[in-house]
Amino acid sequence: MNWSRHIRSSFVLLVFFSLLTGLVYPLVVYGLGQAVFSHQADGSLISVQGQIIGSSLIGQDFTMDIYFHPRPSYAGQGYDARASGGSNLGPTSTDLLDAVHKRVLALGTSGVSFVPVDLVTSSASGLDPDISLAAAHIQIARVAEARHASVAEVGAIVEANVITRTFGVLGENRLNVLQLNQALDQSMPVKQ
Amino acid sequence: MNTHDLSQFIVFAALVSVLAVPLGHYLMRVFTGQPIWLERVFGPLERLIYRLADVKVEEEHYWLNYAAALLIFNALGAGLLFLLLSYQNYLPWNPQQLPGLAPDLAFNVTVSFITNTNWQSYSGETTLSYFSQMVGLTVQNFLSAATGLAVAIALIRALTRREQHTLGNFYVDMTRTTLYVLLPIAFVVALVLIQQGVPENMHAYVTATTLEHATQTIPEGPVASQIAIKQIGTNGGGFFNANSAHPYENPTPLSNLIEMICIVLLPAALVISFGKMVGDRRQGRALMVSMTVLFLGSFLFCYLAEAHGNPAFTAFGVDQTISKQNPGGNMEGKEVRFGILNSTLWATLTTATSNGSVNAMHDSFTPLGGLVPLFNILLGEVIYGGVGCGLYGILIYVMITVFIAGLMVGRTPEYLGKKIEAREIKLAVLAMMLYPTCILGLGVASLLIPEALKSISNAGPHGLTQVIYTYASAAGNNGSAFAGFNANTFYQNIVIGIVILIGRFGIILPVLAIAGSLVTKKITPISNGTFPTHGPMFIILLTSIIILFGGLTYFPALALGPIAEQFSFSQPPTQP
Repeated sequence: MNWSRHIRSSFVLLVFFSLLTGLVYPLVVYGLGQAVFSHQADGSLISVQGQIIGSSLIGQDFTMDIYFHPRPSYAGQGYDARASGGSNLGPTSTDLLDAVHKRVLALGTSGVSFVPVDLVTSSASGLDPDISLAAAHIQIARVAEARHASVAEVGAIVEANVITRTFGVLGENRLNVLQLNQALDQSMPVKQ
Repeated sequence: MNTHDLSQFIVFAALVSVLAVPLGHYLMRVFTGQPIWLERVFGPLERLIYRLADVKVEEEHYWLNYAAALLIFNALGAGLLFLLLSYQNYLPWNPQQLPGLAPDLAFNVTVSFITNTNWQSYSGETTLSYFSQMVGLTVQNFLSAATGLAVAIALIRALTRREQHTLGNFYVDMTRTTLYVLLPIAFVVALVLIQQGVPENMHAYVTATTLEHATQTIPEGPVASQIAIKQIGTNGGGFFNANSAHPYENPTPLSNLIEMICIVLLPAALVISFGKMVGDRRQGRALMVSMTVLFLGSFLFCYLAEAHGNPAFTAFGVDQTISKQNPGGNMEGKEVRFGILNSTLWATLTTATSNGSVNAMHDSFTPLGGLVPLFNILLGEVIYGGVGCGLYGILIYVMITVFIAGLMVGRTPEYLGKKIEAREIKLAVLAMMLYPTCILGLGVASLLIPEALKSISNAGPHGLTQVIYTYASAAGNNGSAFAGFNANTFYQNIVIGIVILIGRFGIILPVLAIAGSLVTKKITPISNGTFPTHGPMFIILLTSIIILFGGLTYFPALALGPIAEQFSFSQPPTQP
């Protein structure tokens, strides 16, 4: 066995593939991606009057009554995009059960017998941009009241923003919280 | 399972079946040196690099020489990656000015990525520069997958050649895998993923001012190019901490479908290539049936457990019914856009193969739902398996199976006309014993050493499951985690790193040794006494041995972990 020849071959191949798969490949993908799909390649950012308000893909926290609220988040202090991640609490963990119970009580859902599960459980990424239709529906009354609007008006905006299953098959029906709240602000501005 | 979830599964299964067959045929052409179209593009580059590296295509390696080439190539790759990570603060494309990694973490990351494990005890967005992600990790995503595939191809050659001594040329196998298989697929997938919303940029992190006038800092980076190869190469390491649950890694149900297909495509195609290369497609089909039976069983089990939800939540008045309005089920640690079906299908796929990326947090699965990914890893990730390593893993099980069948009828066991004798069985058993030794031995050490115990984040049986899962994932080179387990401690970084190394090279070396011994044997013609290795009897025997091996070895540990937890789960304590 010729060790020095093995080392030479390995070294040359390693340098070659580091350049090819570590620089050429990502940079070609970068160039093409920026040229053809620049909005997505840049992170699907949303700007209002030149000001970036977020990314349509990355969930944000909303606490005001005039907005629809997202799911609970364990990313940092909540929706910290630099600290993505879930609660990683096990299904029998008392921390988890207490937290879910508190969230159900906090929703104060008088008149609603069942709370949709996604609204009281935290997501895997902590940055889930979506909520389920049911989770939006139980918030309509609160948002309408805070905006001095009718339930029907807010309900219509919710319906108009529903993202349905891709090709009618893939994934779940859902609402993007940031886009929904942006639509609310556009159709029924609130003086702040 | 409701019709909607069933139709999603059928779309997935149909696409994999349709794509795996032509890819299997293509792989065979790549490895048997038949002309392929892409050689017109990369052929000159391939010849140039062979000349520079002093590689001669016709010069084949004996098994020891093949192993030496593999080890030296991987060792140099490890050295380079360790340096890049340790000194990333002196390198370009580091807009967040992240410091170099501490030596124990750099060691863990290096070992993890050169072995196709991609276990992550750090979070990408706060630890690694764009340069480290690209020139460090993306490169090893390619090369570790190519290494695994090369070993599988060497083993297939050993089964098909008669009375020879060489297994092929490692450098040629590795180069052809990367140029003609991994790179073209990754390129196409990366562009499709960008279209779906996966970023590919070199910006500094973006600061957004939300509608409520709060600020949010959003990490960016060359994500798509790495995600594509991470799925195709069954690597699984995330660009971000939340891995494939992160909306930037996996933004839509369509990107999710594409990534799931990528996870299983090469491993499934390789089984088809195997049948073609040994000249008997029924042999490949038998392995495929056995794998698919195990896959469907574990997927259904996981799906039903998660769709059933958490009984404690129901007691609070939470609605977990699956409907058009509500994803339902146990949604803790899952994303709305994926729902239960895509989360459990992914969890099964990522552990059936050795991918290890996650789009839902396994730590928050129900006890029986979380048992499935753990059990798949414990079986040795042979249900399709990792790129290359899945095939050589199941071939080890096949040798044990024909050996046991041979014992039952009192004949020398044979596989594909090759006599399986004492040397092969000893090596196969050695390879199979390494997993339980690492998982149970070093895992249990984690329970006895106070320093190690600090890593456990959940009390009771769930904490034990975290430990077993961590060590199984490391030994099996999977890389997924019960992520509440804090692995970024000095003790865990070092010990897990060592387990990962044993789990990779401790298997590859016996497999190459088996190949080296099989290749010298003659192929005996089929006779009346030959035990057929393509019929239903063999499939049942193989499947049972895979399950029995996993079941008997790990049952005590599983009984104290997930199964014990299930009892307190199904009867939750009444709330005060």
